[in-house]
Amino acid sequence: MLYALKIATRYLTASKAQTALLVLGVAVGVFIFIFMSALIGGLAEFILSRTVGDISHVTITAEDRDPAILISPDGMILAVIERGRARTATLAEAATFVPLIETVPGVIAVSPQITGAGFLTRGAQVAQVSVTGLEPGRESAILNLDGYMTQGSARLGAGLIVLGETLADDLSLRLGQTLRLQSSSGVSAVLTLSGIYSTGNGMIDASSTYVSLSTARTLFALPQGVTRIEIKLADLNAADATALRIRALTGLDAVPWTDGAEQLMEALNAQAQTGYFLKSFALITIVIGVASALLLSTYRRRPEIGIMRAMGAGRGFVIFVFVTQGALIGLMGGLSGAALGYLALLPFPSRDAFEVGTLPMDITQGSYGLAITLTVIGAILASILPARAAARVDPVTAIGQ
Amino acid sequence: MTALLEVSDLVKTFGTGEAETRVLRGLSLTLDVGEMAALLGPSGSGKSTLLTILGTLMKPTSGRHAMLGQDLVAANDRALTEFRNLHIGFVFQFHNLLPDFTALENVVFPTAVRIGRETPAALQRGRELLTRMGLEARIDFPSANLSGGQKQRVAVARALMNRPELVLADEPTGNLDRASAMQVMDLIAEINRDEGTTFLISTHDEKIAGLCRRQIVVGDGVVTG
Repeated sequence: MLYALKIATRYLTASKAQTALLVLGVAVGVFIFIFMSALIGGLAEFILSRTVGDISHVTITAEDRDPAILISPDGMILAVIERGRARTATLAEAATFVPLIETVPGVIAVSPQITGAGFLTRGAQVAQVSVTGLEPGRESAILNLDGYMTQGSARLGAGLIVLGETLADDLSLRLGQTLRLQSSSGVSAVLTLSGIYSTGNGMIDASSTYVSLSTARTLFALPQGVTRIEIKLADLNAADATALRIRALTGLDAVPWTDGAEQLMEALNAQAQTGYFLKSFALITIVIGVASALLLSTYRRRPEIGIMRAMGAGRGFVIFVFVTQGALIGLMGGLSGAALGYLALLPFPSRDAFEVGTLPMDITQGSYGLAITLTVIGAILASILPARAAARVDPVTAIGQ
Repeated sequence: MTALLEVSDLVKTFGTGEAETRVLRGLSLTLDVGEMAALLGPSGSGKSTLLTILGTLMKPTSGRHAMLGQDLVAANDRALTEFRNLHIGFVFQFHNLLPDFTALENVVFPTAVRIGRETPAALQRGRELLTRMGLEARIDFPSANLSGGQKQRVAVARALMNRPELVLADEPTGNLDRASAMQVMDLIAEINRDEGTTFLISTHDEKIAGLCRRQIVVGDGVVTG
């Protein structure tokens, strides 16, 4: 079929302007496909990083034990020991599990924490806050505290506290000032404000405080263990699978971030569906463009097709000539469109450096290979109808034209 | 002489019902190997239809059509295409070359399309044929840039490329000036004499017909003389 390839190439090069326009049309379709892929993919990444990027991707929370029951020999429940409300459930063997979880593929950070509620007092001012005790050195394992610091340091130590800018403003706090934190367990501690952060998330900035794990132990009267373990993954889309693996490895109830995030997932899915529609329309445009151009070419070359048939060219040969033209147009248009798309995406900031006011394009999600492959397949499919029409040309009628 | 092709009781109708037109009405004809025959007759007599059927580009409505001992009426499209490629050459009135190809590429087409590529042997034969046609200086010329006479000589060379037993020529000189027409006819006569290729030439020109050893006259869908 080398000869059919030669004829197909000759037909394309014989009408350079027409072929160039056709390839350009296909390239524009591919460009749109790639641009949409990068935009939809980038947008999804952007939304996820802004909503889920700073939270735990897999969380293990201590569970309260089931209440103890005293049962009589004949199966009657004699007594139920009510669950203690004052005691916080703990993960007593966290120290054993943390190194184990760190070995799970895809896990990039593990943060054992003690969390609870408390009241922050400065003079007559009181604010209800959430308290998170973090292990020194792991302050930025989940929430990037270091990156959000506006004053002071995120480094936690004994007697130190870090809190949000809104809370600091509400209580008129400055770095180095002392304040009293009383936990829900009734334990109070006097702490020095060592850092102020601003995440841009109003709730966190107004009510979250961070202390060292040892300070939290004192505040919540937990001599050992932690209340939760937060885990961050390299790929947050792998949370479900990783949670299952951790559950199997430790026997603890590891919960992925996707549990309870159904609305976000639905929104992202809807966005992805929109992208598929737009990309499909781009492909349909390519197919229609190639099919109509080749049909026109078939009509224009009817006498030549008739001559070829008269000279002994079979119907299969004629079909191959036109399908090859379609494939070549698809390949050239696909490669050009992919190159154009890549070049057009280059000026956009990288995934990790999205800026407000710019499109969150992700050049790595251009689906270049997929775009080229689908375009070639689409162009081949589009050329089948014209090719079949060409093969059906009656040589007698065509030569007489 | 050995019969190259035989047609008998050939009928060809176009259309159906009241619009039915019977072009061939039981035509019978035999062509021997090495013949050079002229096909004469007025317009609408059925000459072109007969050539088209003999060239396996069209099937008769009824009748027998055999060449080289093969029944061509019963053959399917694929078999006819292969048969046509190997055994029949065509020369049309308007040369009908492929305009985007050179003279040599046009000539080697019948061989290349069968083999799937332009072999060195095919290209060599193509050059020899074009040289024989006096076109050695035009071998790599785009066919669109050739004169009418040159194009027709390229068409003759193409018809001979696969060494066919039969060449069908439909008004091969009808579009040429007298000098070019005689040049083409001289070449045809030379090939007929040297290689024994059978030619059936449809023409209105009595002079051209006079150059052929046999004249077949068709009228009203049958051979009349």
